[in-house]
Amino acid sequence: MSANKVDQKVMEIIAEQALLEPSEVTRDSTLEDLGIDSLGLVECIFAIEEAFDITIPFNANEPTEGDFDISTVDRIIRGVERLIADQKG
Amino acid sequence: MKRVVITGAGTINPLGHSVPETLASMREGRCGIGPLDIPDVERLSIRIGGQVRDYDPESRFNRQQLSLYDRFTQFTLIAAREAMAQAGLTFSGELAARSGVVLGNSGGGMNTLDANYRAVYEDGKNRVHPFVVPKLMNNAAASHVSMEFNLKGPSFTVSTACASSNHAMSQAFQMVHGGMAPVMVTGGSEAMLCFGGVKAWEGLRVMSKDACRPFSANRNGMVQGEGAAVFVFEELEHARARGAEIMAEVVGFAMSSDASDIVMPSKNGAARAIRGALQDARLNTTDVGYINAHGTGTTANDKTESAAVADVFGAHADRLMISSTKSMHGHLIGGTGAVELLACIMAVRDGVIAPTIGYEEPDLDCALDVVPNEAREARVEVALSNAFAFGGLNAVLALRRF
Repeated sequence: MSANKVDQKVMEIIAEQALLEPSEVTRDSTLEDLGIDSLGLVECIFAIEEAFDITIPFNANEPTEGDFDISTVDRIIRGVERLIADQKG
Repeated sequence: MKRVVITGAGTINPLGHSVPETLASMREGRCGIGPLDIPDVERLSIRIGGQVRDYDPESRFNRQQLSLYDRFTQFTLIAAREAMAQAGLTFSGELAARSGVVLGNSGGGMNTLDANYRAVYEDGKNRVHPFVVPKLMNNAAASHVSMEFNLKGPSFTVSTACASSNHAMSQAFQMVHGGMAPVMVTGGSEAMLCFGGVKAWEGLRVMSKDACRPFSANRNGMVQGEGAAVFVFEELEHARARGAEIMAEVVGFAMSSDASDIVMPSKNGAARAIRGALQDARLNTTDVGYINAHGTGTTANDKTESAAVADVFGAHADRLMISSTKSMHGHLIGGTGAVELLACIMAVRDGVIAPTIGYEEPDLDCALDVVPNEAREARVEVALSNAFAFGGLNAVLALRRF
């Protein structure tokens, strides 16, 4: 999957969870901006894992502690790209 | 209203196969959590749990019984036998007709479900054992207890996730308190440490991979456990008339619903249940010396629970002790409140407070005396047991030294 497609797919997943149009999600949006709560975040992570067949290291008790940065949509996309390269490369 | 006392207790859980063994483990701060020994564990990302160890079902039950008893029923019957032996009650005539059994359980026969799904989906079999349904149904344990001990009064199972046992025991208390039943057998059990049971919890991303460290700043989630505890709740005069040994008095309870979120806890809902239990028991906040916390080891629960306790108890919150024994036996889900009531009995009867083990770093959001790592001796008049379930359903029980 090309980098462009990864970024589109991740934004689609996040948009769906936020009940927004994909065009309303920008790379510098935070999940908070988009109104995604902790349960919504867990669903996003699951949907991303399913879409790309990867495993994302994520514990809802310490969402900011792990290697996977969820601070913005852009960070999530970059994290997913890295995991795809590591796990599927 | 009738006074209600506990005249029997029994258990099997990761800390021991009996009440004395369990209390000894709690006193020593022993950890019953370890690597999971279950089929397909290598396909799990969470590989620890509080399993009942050194347990041989065949030494406790015959082949016909085992074809009907899921693991959660086995645990329940083992606990019930110990409780009934201690209480020294036999049920016949009017006593049998009016006494019943109310138990908590969340998952039902998860091991039975798991094994039979494997058989039909994975192994492609088209036939299952005839007793799959009576084995996996959530009320199986309560029914088998009623049959084994001839309890013919009100009997049923309560399922409110992590608060199941506390809701069940509250209900049993109310039945004896109100004069409906002279004796109620109550408590709860859970056995969901099988591949499907752990996998389901894994999905929620709230499980710890290494340890349950309630109230510690570095806590990183809950750890599942399994087992059962069963108690005999008896009307005081009935117990006195036959010279029964009384372990503690049950003096009140309250239930509340957050009516807000399916998984996130609420300070107000928890506080209303704690406050309600005190009111029901006609207690002052300063009467309470010990709280057995729900204390799951998740970020959200421990912070919310600490805030609720601070809210209800004000300045006294800094003087009471609160510990989470889940650090030792894990979270027994529908059976957890029952096993945790043992710690409350130990506090009021023996003056020993079970510790919160694995406590490593103080957390400003949980700034209470959590009895870190080592048990403590203290005279406690009243102990509370908290349970705050997924679904926002809360139940708190109050015990008094007798």
